[in-house]
Amino acid sequence: MQVPILKQGPYLIATIQSALTDADIVLLRDALVERVGRDRARGVIIDVTALDVMDSFATGTLQDVAQMVRLRGAETVIVGIQPDVAFAMVHMGLTLEGVATRLDLEEGLDFLNRTTRASAHR
Amino acid sequence: MGVTELRTPSKPAPESTAALLRELVSHLGDNRTQLREEWIRRITEARLLQAMSKEEIFAEATSVYDSYVEALETRTLETLQTYAQNLSERIIPRGVETHEVVGIVLLLRDVLARSLFSKYHSDSRVLNGMLDAYEPAANAIAITVAVGFVRERERIIREQQEAIRELSTPVLQVRERLLILPIIGLIDPLRARQLTEQLLRGIRANRAKVVVIDITGVAAMDASVANHLVLTVESARLLGARVIVTGLSPEIAQTLVNIGVDLGKMNTVGDLQGGIEEAERLLGYKVMPFAETQPA
Repeated sequence: MQVPILKQGPYLIATIQSALTDADIVLLRDALVERVGRDRARGVIIDVTALDVMDSFATGTLQDVAQMVRLRGAETVIVGIQPDVAFAMVHMGLTLEGVATRLDLEEGLDFLNRTTRASAHR
Repeated sequence: MGVTELRTPSKPAPESTAALLRELVSHLGDNRTQLREEWIRRITEARLLQAMSKEEIFAEATSVYDSYVEALETRTLETLQTYAQNLSERIIPRGVETHEVVGIVLLLRDVLARSLFSKYHSDSRVLNGMLDAYEPAANAIAITVAVGFVRERERIIREQQEAIRELSTPVLQVRERLLILPIIGLIDPLRARQLTEQLLRGIRANRAKVVVIDITGVAAMDASVANHLVLTVESARLLGARVIVTGLSPEIAQTLVNIGVDLGKMNTVGDLQGGIEEAERLLGYKVMPFAETQPA
């Protein structure tokens, strides 16, 4: 299942709506990294509220997305990780090191507004 | 589970046992005052039940004696069981110990046995038959009372454990988007898991951005629980909340260093006050005396 990527002002929002295969996640990664340049986006929000499992491949790939997006000049934030999912991930050592995480879409937008505005002033 | 029927030894036929017990009961009824006095004297002599006044001992002794005789008469322990439980409920809060309860019941058994000896000492055959009927009944009664007492104590302990568990994990919101989780007492793996669950749920429900976990009230924790604490901090971060841990005792600090926690990930502040101030700073609050906000 393909993940729709919406453009909202200077941000791209990808809302994952059901469990994804590894191939789907790779597709999402490539699409996001590509769209950041094409749409001149300053931030990317990946919403995982609907996921009740996050395995090592998914977290690893999302981590890659965050790094690649940063190299292309934008910030990434992952939102909506469920409490049970979070604890299970941490138990497996999947801590999404170096990736910003926020409670939900609203918090994610707030985070991007702060960080990207700060960098625009530089 | 309890012994509700008095078991009788195999030798005398049941009907003769019944007859003997009937005779025994009438003997105990006739000498009620005298035997009860003797029993109370022995209790005082053995320095049992010192938490209770003389009048209280007299009142309890009277009812125990009557229930005892009734149990022998009806050959069922149900009334005695109920009475033993009632008695335990009343005397456990007074600090009466197990050895005292067992002690007084055994004393009553001895007092009654002595009275049988002195009544039937001339006829050893009758005495033997009497004791055959009396001893198992008396032992069953002693066991019932002791078990009732211990069971009541265990029930109280279980209730208290339950209460402590429920009390011990409050997640409190002190400001918009700021939660406090004060942890007091011993943390076992079960409680640690409960704490994590409540905290993560609390973060979601209150949309918390910062959480202060105060462990001033925790003297020590083992490596697995310390590890669990670190996992909790990490999980909270995945939900977008910052965690500040305050009030680490020297022992816990040592445990955390020994298990090799990456201290860069843990935000720790000395005490709860400092933790709340740090949290307010992270949330963009500035707290100042009211006077300073007024134009001079």
